[in-house]
Amino acid sequence: MQLETAFQNPQLCHSLLDRLNRALDDRSMRFMEVCGTHTVAIFQSGLRSLLPAAVTHLSGPGCPVCVTHDAEVAAFLDLAGRDRVIVATFGDLLRVPGPGGLTLKHAQAQGARVEIVYSPLDALALAAANPGDTVVFLGIGFETTAPTVAATLLTAQQRKLKNFCVLSLHKLVPPALRILLEDSQCGVEAFLLPGHVSTILGLEPYAFLARDFHVPGVVGGFQPADILLALCLMAEQMRDKAPAVVNAYPRAVDDTGNPRARALLEQFFQPADALWRGIGCIPQSGLALRPEYESMDAMKRLDLTLPDVPPLRGCRCGDVLKGRITPPQCPLFGKKCTPANPVGPCMVSTEGSCAAYFKYSER
Amino acid sequence: MDDCLLLDAGSGGRASQRLITQCFMRHFANPLLERMDDAALLTDLTGPLAMSTDSYTVTPLFFAGGSIGSLAVHGTVNDVAMLGARPRYLSCGFILEEGLSLETLERVVADMGAAAREAGVSIVTGDTKVVPRGACDKIFINTTGIGQVFASPAPSGHNARPGDAVLVSGAMGDHGLTVMGSREGLSFLTDVASDSAPLNHMIEDIINTVGEVHVLRDPTRGGLATTLNEIAEQSQVSIVLDEVSVPVHEAVRNGCSFLGMDPLYLANEGKCICIVPEAHAEAALAAMRRSPYGKEAARIGSVAEGKAQVALQTRIGGRRLLGMLEGAQLPRIC
Repeated sequence: MQLETAFQNPQLCHSLLDRLNRALDDRSMRFMEVCGTHTVAIFQSGLRSLLPAAVTHLSGPGCPVCVTHDAEVAAFLDLAGRDRVIVATFGDLLRVPGPGGLTLKHAQAQGARVEIVYSPLDALALAAANPGDTVVFLGIGFETTAPTVAATLLTAQQRKLKNFCVLSLHKLVPPALRILLEDSQCGVEAFLLPGHVSTILGLEPYAFLARDFHVPGVVGGFQPADILLALCLMAEQMRDKAPAVVNAYPRAVDDTGNPRARALLEQFFQPADALWRGIGCIPQSGLALRPEYESMDAMKRLDLTLPDVPPLRGCRCGDVLKGRITPPQCPLFGKKCTPANPVGPCMVSTEGSCAAYFKYSER
Repeated sequence: MDDCLLLDAGSGGRASQRLITQCFMRHFANPLLERMDDAALLTDLTGPLAMSTDSYTVTPLFFAGGSIGSLAVHGTVNDVAMLGARPRYLSCGFILEEGLSLETLERVVADMGAAAREAGVSIVTGDTKVVPRGACDKIFINTTGIGQVFASPAPSGHNARPGDAVLVSGAMGDHGLTVMGSREGLSFLTDVASDSAPLNHMIEDIINTVGEVHVLRDPTRGGLATTLNEIAEQSQVSIVLDEVSVPVHEAVRNGCSFLGMDPLYLANEGKCICIVPEAHAEAALAAMRRSPYGKEAARIGSVAEGKAQVALQTRIGGRRLLGMLEGAQLPRIC
């Protein structure tokens, strides 16, 4: 991890900041990142306090927990209350409130069997150890996480595990970016593209950003120097009026992504309409299990439906996710809405933009 | 002895007697305990006294660097020591689950005995309850410690003053990550071990060396960040930390980076935060480094006037709030 320290080198960061300032040359730049890890990295490293005043940092719909819709939370809370069902989930879903403020933590306290796993494969071990129960893995995440879930489904099939299924609530990044840019009120001038998601996707799925919307898109890593380099490239593209989608994270991301992971994904999943918190339904922005794998699809196997839930009153997470406002501009921020008592999705997860503002900004 | 613990062992009858003499007495041996009266008679303490209690539940019971037994002694000894006191006596209460392997119990009790001997404290009174299977998780231990305060005035979280130096006695996050790793079977966390250790001798040396110690705290649950926030709040001061100076072992840094956790919020069981007037900073650090448990002691920041909050000067020269967490850290999705 010497590498990590090298990309945190203060001199390197300062020379990149100089380059950014030169590229900006009195112009302003509103960039959006769409990855919770970027959100946290920008705040946690203190990079935000060093950015030129002309640069506005917006956090888009990049935290998988934050964009999980109320109706989806209601569906998995419904599951957690059922007999002979074990819910296997990544830890950060435990505190996400559904309608009425209930969470998996509450369900757990009332006796629901909820197990935190670190890999979807751990859920298979649970299924093997509890043959009389149905183990449901909550498939939440973007293109980074989904292939590991596909690999788990493949393994379950090979091991003939009949009591394992997946509630697929996966989301896809590129359709969300398109929706943001199609909105006439969108103020995003450039995208810092997600490093992890791009290891799978490569560059092609983002090509429309520059081609159709003339917006730069730069795949960036997560260390301060990685992020600064990506910002420099954006600013230079804007200066030169030459928007393009480029890879500034070649030590992890191949321009063609990971075709093997994508093939596995396509074997088990197909695109489907999906609900995003704060945004609503985005066509073909989710992943559903293909009909031939119905027996491993929790939606069908356990007869789940996504209930209609009313939007949260007063909460402006939708505007935050779309880059129209920054979290402190929401009237609920830090008052009615805090990490202890989150009203909206962006305050729920530690990788949400409101939570990051609350946690890292000096008052 | 039978192989596993029966409810009889908590009945107060002969089965209880056997457990006490064959296990507890053997490992805790000291004249006060051996009198077997209803309470221990302490005749050599004069005020002011410091007293602290803590209950210990940890899964798994044994982990790299310690066990629930060593933890139950170190945790309470350290809490008493943080008041500038010399810990002398401990009580211990066990709540044991029926069916517990006696070999496991004996290993835990042996660890407690060894930890108490190293710390120079005596376990002088105790209690054992055995509860039906499922009513507790194997072993719960409560210990209460009492010690004589020799620092004057006693260090306190209320005493941080603008201009003071903030020191830590070693690397942050070892215990928290180790226990989480062994609980969850995270096989990639092989190079981490709990820092569980008695700090009382080191504390005594620090106080004897520098005299004026404003704050001593052990950053256990919630870690360094949480404890510093508590101090900032109690003393109504601002604390500025220098990220580069905070010691964190590389294995912990890597493990945390992978899991999306922050070592500054992970528990420590053998480290202290020491806040002293600037003029005493070097002497206090030297005293820490004389102890086997303070070799990696470092100066990590300063106390300033201002809002009661903790700010972090980051590696790249930025600055941000180092706040309190809402609850436990949870590993993230990606």
